[in-house]
Amino acid sequence: MKQEIQELYSYRDLLFAMVSRDIKIRYKQSAMGFLWAILMPTLIVGAGIIVRYGFAITSGKHLDSSDIAAVAVKSLPWAFLVSSIRFSCMSLTNNTTLVTKIYFPKEIFPLSAVMACFFDFVVAAGALVILLFFLKTGWSLYLFYVPILIIAMALLAAGISMIVSAGSLFFRDVKYIVEAVLTFAIFFTPVFYDVRMFGDKGKWLLLNPAAPILESFSDCIARQQSPDLLWLAYSLVFALVTFVAGYAFFKHLEPAFAESV
Amino acid sequence: MSDVVLRMENVYKMFRKGQVFNSLRDLVPALTGRMFNRQELNAADRREFWALQDLSFEVKRGEAFGIIGHNGAGKSTALKILSRIMKPTRGKIFVNGRLSALIEVTAGFHQDFTGRENIFLHGAIMGMNKREIRSKLDQIIAFSGIEEFIDTPVKRYSSGMYARLGFSVAAHVNPDVMIVDEVLSVGDYVFQQKCVQRMKEVIRGGAAVVFVSHNLKSVAEFCHNCLVLERGRPVVQGKADQVIANYMRRQTAARQPDQSSGVKITKVTVRNHEGECVRFESGEKAWVDIELSARKPCQKLSVSLYLSDSESHLIFNTSLARLGYADFDLNPGQVFRCTFELALNLAVGTFHVGSLVFRYDNETEYDRWLQAATILVSSSQDIRGLVNCFPKVVKREIADEQLKAEAKIESLA
Repeated sequence: MKQEIQELYSYRDLLFAMVSRDIKIRYKQSAMGFLWAILMPTLIVGAGIIVRYGFAITSGKHLDSSDIAAVAVKSLPWAFLVSSIRFSCMSLTNNTTLVTKIYFPKEIFPLSAVMACFFDFVVAAGALVILLFFLKTGWSLYLFYVPILIIAMALLAAGISMIVSAGSLFFRDVKYIVEAVLTFAIFFTPVFYDVRMFGDKGKWLLLNPAAPILESFSDCIARQQSPDLLWLAYSLVFALVTFVAGYAFFKHLEPAFAESV
Repeated sequence: MSDVVLRMENVYKMFRKGQVFNSLRDLVPALTGRMFNRQELNAADRREFWALQDLSFEVKRGEAFGIIGHNGAGKSTALKILSRIMKPTRGKIFVNGRLSALIEVTAGFHQDFTGRENIFLHGAIMGMNKREIRSKLDQIIAFSGIEEFIDTPVKRYSSGMYARLGFSVAAHVNPDVMIVDEVLSVGDYVFQQKCVQRMKEVIRGGAAVVFVSHNLKSVAEFCHNCLVLERGRPVVQGKADQVIANYMRRQTAARQPDQSSGVKITKVTVRNHEGECVRFESGEKAWVDIELSARKPCQKLSVSLYLSDSESHLIFNTSLARLGYADFDLNPGQVFRCTFELALNLAVGTFHVGSLVFRYDNETEYDRWLQAATILVSSSQDIRGLVNCFPKVVKREIADEQLKAEAKIESLA
């Protein structure tokens, strides 16, 4: 493992070149340019506000500005996770000539896809800060948790990305499965709703490793309260294990890549 | 530090020929089916195909090593194992230093990027870092010869420009081991010469080169040592000259002549004053020995000698009859032998020597074997084309015509 990471480090310039390639292509090909980065989160936030508005009407409560902030804050990391998995799933199969002809650490493909999506996430986060300012969201010391949350999310995204990218190279229907799961995953993940709405049964939802991270985002930024540290630790460990296992899985399959295509 | 930069030790590579499951939809039923039917599993495992068997060689610094073989002989597999894209099933491979492969030199290009952007992208894929690429950028652009279009997206390039840019990047990697896969066929003649020059520089600079090709001439030109692959096995290995001579003999021995014909050409060999040989110096004397044997009685035969270039264009022919020798008759069991002496006034290149048995009066052809032997001609002079006219420069001056003219006018006055 150590040797493999050293090799990846020696190819860091390639990793950055691939990230900038992915970003440049995406922004070159779409007339909207940087708006692309906030299109996906805007759609999710819009959908979330409608769902939240529905909740408010049925429960007879007033729709709070902190609820809107919570939906917005959770949408961004969720959009990052989903688009990372979606882009990286195709990252190897779309570059078969490179995979089969030239030697370099192939994890550069899924990792660069995740990093390109992270770039979109950063752009969208800039827009989010403006939105939160208009919603008059306050701030607290809990904001110091945010970098940890971002790291956890990135590790989770990278780990899953390495697994699905290698998997889709061997089995061409993996991408359909991934697509189906990603479409409906939003209903199993607290993006539009909060886990506390479910009371005691909420802990089942928190087993989804993305859920405690998203809830912590909302706690730290939108609600200025401490996240549930126990569940957050669970997610952190889960993300770390996914990353290490995903990397090991990817490296284990890598020598067979050229033969399978 | 050892001088050996690349070593392959008893490398084997096996592929499975059986059904490959490339979707989960097919795999899952197959797996459950197999659980109840173990025999089928074993049968599938037996369909093995050994693409490489017991391949061993080593290459030292400043040395070029050639791998020759037909299509399907295992060259590509050897290349993929050398460039570490595939792992050998058995055996070891040892590389000391940076390895770069001139395979698919444009694989890393992105259509929408300009030539310059692609140099950085492809350079990174080939293992260079940003600083290195930046310092070599001018060199790479100049080498490719497309300075004018370097800021144009490569999708507007001609295929030649595309390949040239790719090769330029790949050729500037400065590796310890360079693997070359017949990319010398990229671009026009001038560019090919540049590439050959560049490879020689790389070798002189102390790198090792592995050259995979079926172009015997370039292998003979570059490589000190080489091996021949046949169905995955190295069949001959050693000094390039000897291996190539051996390889050509094996190839020509594989001929299947027409059984119904009455006369068969059994041997066409070329030798110099020392003996049978493949490499000739331009202008050297060569002797072509031709042997025929008869299966049926044949009358009024004559033997032609053919010389063709690497693309099988006839460049020279003559025959016993045309040189004024009488035709001859052969009875079954009789053997006819003749030797032509030639002055090989040929330019540098690969040439085929062949023969034809012919009866002139009724224009019957008995046997033809136009590429019976192959020779490689080299020259100390840089001469191009098909023939060597032995150029000598006998006068060379720079004259000032105007001064002369003025002097003439003065003398007239």
